[in-house]
Amino acid sequence: MKILVMVKRVSDPNVMIRVSADNSSVDLNNVKMAINPFCEIAVEEAVRLKEAGIATEVVALSIGGTQSQEQIRTALAMGADRGILIESEGPLESLTVAKLTQKIIEEEQPGLVILGKQSTDTDNSQTGQMLASLMGWAQGTFASKLEISGEKINLTREVDSGLQTLSLSMPAVVTCDLRLNEPRFASLPNIMKAKRKPLDVKAAGDLGVDLTPRIKTLMVETPNERQGGTVLGSVAELVEKLKTEKGVI
Amino acid sequence: MRESMEFDVVIVGAGPAGLSTACRLMQQAQQAERDMSVCVVEKGSEVGAHIFSGAVLEPRALTELFPDWEDRGAPLNTPVIGDEIYLFQDAERAKRIPNSFVPKSMHNEGNYVISLGNLTRWLAEQAEGLGVEIFPGFAAAEILYHENGAVKGIATGDMGVSADGSQKGSYMEGMELHAKYTVFSEGCRGHLGKQLLAKYALDDGVDVQHYGIGIKELWDIDPAKHKPGLVVHGAGWPLDKDTNGGSFLYHGENNQVVVGLVVDLSYSNPYLGPFDEFQRMKQHPVFKNTLEGGKRVSYGARAMTKGGLNALPKMCFPGGLLVGCDAGTLNFAKIKGTHTAMKSGMVAAETIFAALQTDDEGGKELNAFTEALNASWLYDELHRSRNFGPAMHKFGTFWGGAFNYVDQNWFKGKLPFTLHDNTPDYAQLKEASECTPIEYPKPDGKISFDKLSSVFLSNTNHEEDQPCHLTLKDESVPVKRNWGLFSGPEARFCPAGVYEFVEDPEKHDMRLQINAQNCLHCKTCDIKDPSQNITWVVPEGTGGPNYPNM
Repeated sequence: MKILVMVKRVSDPNVMIRVSADNSSVDLNNVKMAINPFCEIAVEEAVRLKEAGIATEVVALSIGGTQSQEQIRTALAMGADRGILIESEGPLESLTVAKLTQKIIEEEQPGLVILGKQSTDTDNSQTGQMLASLMGWAQGTFASKLEISGEKINLTREVDSGLQTLSLSMPAVVTCDLRLNEPRFASLPNIMKAKRKPLDVKAAGDLGVDLTPRIKTLMVETPNERQGGTVLGSVAELVEKLKTEKGVI
Repeated sequence: MRESMEFDVVIVGAGPAGLSTACRLMQQAQQAERDMSVCVVEKGSEVGAHIFSGAVLEPRALTELFPDWEDRGAPLNTPVIGDEIYLFQDAERAKRIPNSFVPKSMHNEGNYVISLGNLTRWLAEQAEGLGVEIFPGFAAAEILYHENGAVKGIATGDMGVSADGSQKGSYMEGMELHAKYTVFSEGCRGHLGKQLLAKYALDDGVDVQHYGIGIKELWDIDPAKHKPGLVVHGAGWPLDKDTNGGSFLYHGENNQVVVGLVVDLSYSNPYLGPFDEFQRMKQHPVFKNTLEGGKRVSYGARAMTKGGLNALPKMCFPGGLLVGCDAGTLNFAKIKGTHTAMKSGMVAAETIFAALQTDDEGGKELNAFTEALNASWLYDELHRSRNFGPAMHKFGTFWGGAFNYVDQNWFKGKLPFTLHDNTPDYAQLKEASECTPIEYPKPDGKISFDKLSSVFLSNTNHEEDQPCHLTLKDESVPVKRNWGLFSGPEARFCPAGVYEFVEDPEKHDMRLQINAQNCLHCKTCDIKDPSQNITWVVPEGTGGPNYPNM
């Protein structure tokens, strides 16, 4: 079985970002970029399935600018076999990403697609679900545990009320939650090897997908600065403040 | 048994010195049509993440390395348009010094206001284009030696070790990188460079090394106040007459300025806080007028090696070379170290390449490096400025500055005598009882800020569960000696709030709390601890600041 795993280049979650001076976007000039942490978990899971003999090949796909090759190389260094970049310099919406991925799936015919549950830059959590619908495949989102036997996937997902267990038939789309695994460090020899693994670059415009944005961003603002908290002396004081100052009870 | 890999040359640290070494090696190899394997390890999460400098760049070395740097898109976008130098008298007043009275070494025609972080990122691209293997996120933790005592290479640190030393699920053993020659370019007070100096007694017979701490912030300012290429330097207030140092404000590109303060670590009052001096400095009208209405983007700090030629150690030893600020090639008279660091790396590369061309198995002591350095413009430059730092230490800012004017402008640095200053910086600290506590003004949250909100802007991050990388030789020293005699200076000289003295209710005494996660890798604690009890070792790879265009 072949696994397609998706990786996205995002601003490093450890660095501060800021809004551009004209409030039109997030200013990514000089900002350190990294692989989306949930995508890293997806890659780790795919590589583990290959190491367990369940998958035969892991293909890492990224959609974005030329520099997204760096994140594909990260996936290759972790153990993916080859990479595909669909190059597109403009902004991409979840639906466009799902449709472009659909084209790659038709070509590659994977049995399983693994993605992060969301990316830490836009936090949409849409691509996996849209992709499953477009393909008409089973979907298991927010996976915290994944077991495959034969053509069946047993998947545990984290939901508000606790844990839910699903049984899916393959082919399927799975999106990963934080607790699915702890990604490995890429070793030096594997980083070197990753530089020589095949990486195929396709132009987004050549895939027959309409790339026109459907969403227009009107303005980007930073949230209001948080007010400092105060420590109150008693419950009575809290109730009093909630009543008089906040008017919530 | 750790895994190992073999290279012709391993370079520790992807800064200007290390990357220049790598590029020059590969250029020569290509010219001679010879295979050459060069590997650079870098502890930062990416190239540039730990790079911290003013910076005004003198492009001399860069032009030698890549004469076509402009076509290659090197990020030198802002030529210096003018210098302003001020003598700050107090919190309100400043005297602009006429250009004709400024030591020539401080003129900046032909130089560029740059982000050194971005320059190293560009250098890394050039190096990779030439075939160099660069590995960010891998810290050189240990020096490896042959049985005959020559350097064999380095080992990268283990990853995935918990605070108690046990292996976590993600554990990955470090790796040995063996090389014919290993080049150490860790920057100021490299933790391996420090070991090499001791093992091979490289600093025997030279003056004691001196250091400064540089603290700076990057600001987006009101476009109406932005003058790309303007370079402002200052001396005097807020530092008192016994404390050397200087302030700077450089107008870069994209409506950004950097504002900073360098404080000589030879200061004597343990109550002094370089961070606090910097914060109050920004309230001076000369700075405040520019910053007002702007927004702070980033913050950072780094120690700098400033002893110059008099303190320059021997830079070769069996199997390796020490280059750049790891050795101390900064030209203090120019307050610039990038071009000299790059030049030292390029000369190192030429020396190593020549050695490898003669069927060299490696591991030799390349004395030719010393000769080649002494014959280069780097030596000439450092020789002319050898008296600059010691004069400031000996005569203070004003008379030292006057001496330097005469020395640099009239005698071009060729006065027939050399000044020395052989007291180590840590030994300059006086006991608290002999000094007056300093009351610093509270930050206003607009121009001046507190430490924690500042450290936040450095994007510093360390894996939480790992052994503390700020090690103490003796656990009792911080409270007994540093707190008892010096009122806990580490809490003040650390620009990141790593060291905190807190009350220990059980023992009814103070206790030193080390917030290692905040560390900016500036190395000031390793240098200035009056008891020399703190040893900075490298944390897990990728840990530390994530500086943008600093």
